[in-house]
Amino acid sequence: MTRFFTLLYKELLRFWKVGFQTVVAPMVSTLLYLLIFHHVLEAHIEVYPDVAYTTFLIPGLVMMAVIQNAFANSSSSMIQSKISGNIVFILLSPLTYREIFFAYILASMARGLLVGLGVYGVTLIFFDTPVLLPLWALLFVLLGSAILGALGLIAGIWADKFDQLATFQNFIILPLSFLSGVFYTIHSLPIGWQYLSHLNPFFYMIDGFRYSFFGVSDISPYISLSIVAICLIAISYLTIWMLKTGYKLRH
Amino acid sequence: MLPAIAIKQVSKRYGNVQALTDVDLDIHPGEFFALLGPNGAGKTTLISIIAGLTLANSGSVKVMGHDVIADYRQARLNVGIVPQELVFDPFFTVREILQMQSGYYGIKSNTRWIDEIIERLDLTGKAGANMRALSGGMKRRVLVAQALVHKPPVIILDEPTAGVDVELRQTLWDFIKQLNRDGHTIVLTTHYLEEAETMCNRVAMLKAGKIVALDEIQNLIGKMPGGGSVRLRLLPDRLPEALLPLEINRSNDMHELRIDGYAQLESILSTLRSAQIQILDIQLQQPDLEDVFVNLMRNNGNLAQ
Repeated sequence: MTRFFTLLYKELLRFWKVGFQTVVAPMVSTLLYLLIFHHVLEAHIEVYPDVAYTTFLIPGLVMMAVIQNAFANSSSSMIQSKISGNIVFILLSPLTYREIFFAYILASMARGLLVGLGVYGVTLIFFDTPVLLPLWALLFVLLGSAILGALGLIAGIWADKFDQLATFQNFIILPLSFLSGVFYTIHSLPIGWQYLSHLNPFFYMIDGFRYSFFGVSDISPYISLSIVAICLIAISYLTIWMLKTGYKLRH
Repeated sequence: MLPAIAIKQVSKRYGNVQALTDVDLDIHPGEFFALLGPNGAGKTTLISIIAGLTLANSGSVKVMGHDVIADYRQARLNVGIVPQELVFDPFFTVREILQMQSGYYGIKSNTRWIDEIIERLDLTGKAGANMRALSGGMKRRVLVAQALVHKPPVIILDEPTAGVDVELRQTLWDFIKQLNRDGHTIVLTTHYLEEAETMCNRVAMLKAGKIVALDEIQNLIGKMPGGGSVRLRLLPDRLPEALLPLEINRSNDMHELRIDGYAQLESILSTLRSAQIQILDIQLQQPDLEDVFVNLMRNNGNLAQ
């Protein structure tokens, strides 16, 4: 277990040492979204009966911060290690592919959770948004951040250059998270877009997480939970396969 | 005796390039071994295969009896590799790097040994410094230290002295020699043949992915066709007709003649005597590893068998 814990510690220390950039900065940008949308839309929109727009928005933004930072952590760590070459120190060691997988994923989850908790903590100062069902909240945060941590690892292993990683981030992760119903309920969309939204796995993370705040959601939280869990299993298998075969890591 | 590294029929191809072809090589425990060859001969590829960084297309490699693929954890515990590139993790200090590297090998607390390697590699003043702040030579020492955290019986150094200043080169070799005396098997690649000649027992020469020579250095030099040469300054300064075909070089007033063995010296001397030419100066040139190397790389010679 020493091997695994050392890599986990190294991955945690890596983002913690530059915490201003990896934790504080994303908190600030998320809170800016909240400030702007609260100011512009609070008076105009009521998504669910008796739920103010800002209150509706907060869980979505928290979850978005969680998943974006979970992705950013593993992907940037992997690509930096690959490009600077220091990935060899991990590849030369007797660390198993499973140990590598779990260390990277857990560190990503930790950063996602930290940013999410930070954002949520600050919003509590200004808005009264209690979590109605904390266990559901925790479940979705853990599963969502694990999926994005694994996706980040896949992207970091696949990309040869920083701009390829940016492509992955800007054309896959960002659209999927923005179009997942963070800022709106998909019931407000035309039927075609509603159908498309159901193909977006991020939608189930956001919707399920929001359920834990209000006890209300666009679809059943059990369905969301099942889909998110299946996604995690599938993506984990792919990531572990990549690590096991040495895809793009061992020639 | 079980070889420290056993390489059997290893081949590796990158696209259209055949990097290694059926390489067979056993390196014995306690040896100080050099892998030589021009750039692109396959030295780094071979090391990467031993390290598990590159997967061979065919053949097998065992380190201390452990297959580098099937039994990779044991194999990697038994070998420490110093990569050729100056790679480092810019987030951490020297001590943090060494502690983490120990952890990757399953060693929880390694402070004593880390202190010792830091001291022996003259890194004491830099232990708390961030890797980014170190000079190239210092980074090279940290790379060596990283390869040693788990006290591996086999240590492989890929061009450890490339781009390193004279003083560090000396420190490094002293340290590596000490490791060899302590019982570690040392394998290195280098472009400095005189280093290999003074340090190593045995060398393998690679050319275009094949081993073209594998022997003790003295044997390789002994097998050199052509042997050495003799340089002469003569009075009067002219070579007799009979010796002209032997002349291979003429600089200032020195004639350099190729000799196939010391026995030939006698006939050269008697030819000069009978031509009544006096010898003012005579120097014997022994072939060295560099001559063997140049000869092998130039010709299609094969001394392996």
